[in-house]
Amino acid sequence: MTEMSYLDGNMLDGPLRELFAVDLSAATGRCQSCGTVAPMAGLHVYSHAPGLVARCPTCTQVMLRLVRTPDRAWLDLRGATFLAVPMPLDGPVTR
Amino acid sequence: MGIVSPGFQGRRRTGGPALPPGQYLTDDFPVLSAGPTPKVPLDTWEFVLSTEAGAEFRWTWPELTGLPQETPTVDIHCVTRWSKLGTRWQGVSLDTLLDGVDTAARYALAHSYGGYTTNLPLDDLRGGRAWVVHTYEDGPLPAEHGGPARLLVPHLYFWKSAKWVHGIRLLVDDQPGFWETAGYHDYGDPWREQRYQGD
Repeated sequence: MTEMSYLDGNMLDGPLRELFAVDLSAATGRCQSCGTVAPMAGLHVYSHAPGLVARCPTCTQVMLRLVRTPDRAWLDLRGATFLAVPMPLDGPVTR
Repeated sequence: MGIVSPGFQGRRRTGGPALPPGQYLTDDFPVLSAGPTPKVPLDTWEFVLSTEAGAEFRWTWPELTGLPQETPTVDIHCVTRWSKLGTRWQGVSLDTLLDGVDTAARYALAHSYGGYTTNLPLDDLRGGRAWVVHTYEDGPLPAEHGGPARLLVPHLYFWKSAKWVHGIRLLVDDQPGFWETAGYHDYGDPWREQRYQGD
């Protein structure tokens, strides 16, 4: 039996770059289902489908879906509690 | 002009196009999947039909395969644009499974082992147009194609034919499923090219 293969989350970089100005492959995300915090690049991405489906590497629940239609992109992040994106401030940081 | 309408049963008519618009023909059977393939042992497999009133009807594997079987040969159309003609299946008609089920629901939500869902009007599951199938081309339905059993609703795009089907919930109100909540069309008629919301 053939198991459907997946790609790693680095493949999301190009499709998500269409939507966001930041590099999300360097971001970390928290799985809403199991709480795992992991780099987006570590997600398991199923691309042989009507859209991209990125799953948590720990519990396999869906963290992100991206569907590209002719006139818009549909992004569903309900399976991710947060995305933490590296984004240093330009000036000195006051704590 | 004749007064007899060809009706609205099958859209593929003699002399008409073999393929819906925007589709290409393939002899392969491409495998599409939005996640890992569930492994469902037959001794624990079940199909659950639940109504809007909370009633449940359950079939084990021996019970499902013991029901009257049908052998549809149908064309299938994937929203990713491939179509495959003359596919042969064996399974149980939804008319059989719905027989005797008391419901006022107008909608259905199919749900699968692995978490996939897809919605359909209940009318589209009736009238000899939908099956729970377990056999493909004379062999057990392979897991990568939805085995042990999948839904088969060939008059709609193939994402509506849920792989690894676990059950169907009958609903008073429409509830969009996995792809329908991510930009895909709520109904998905390939002959009207209803791929995305707004088509």
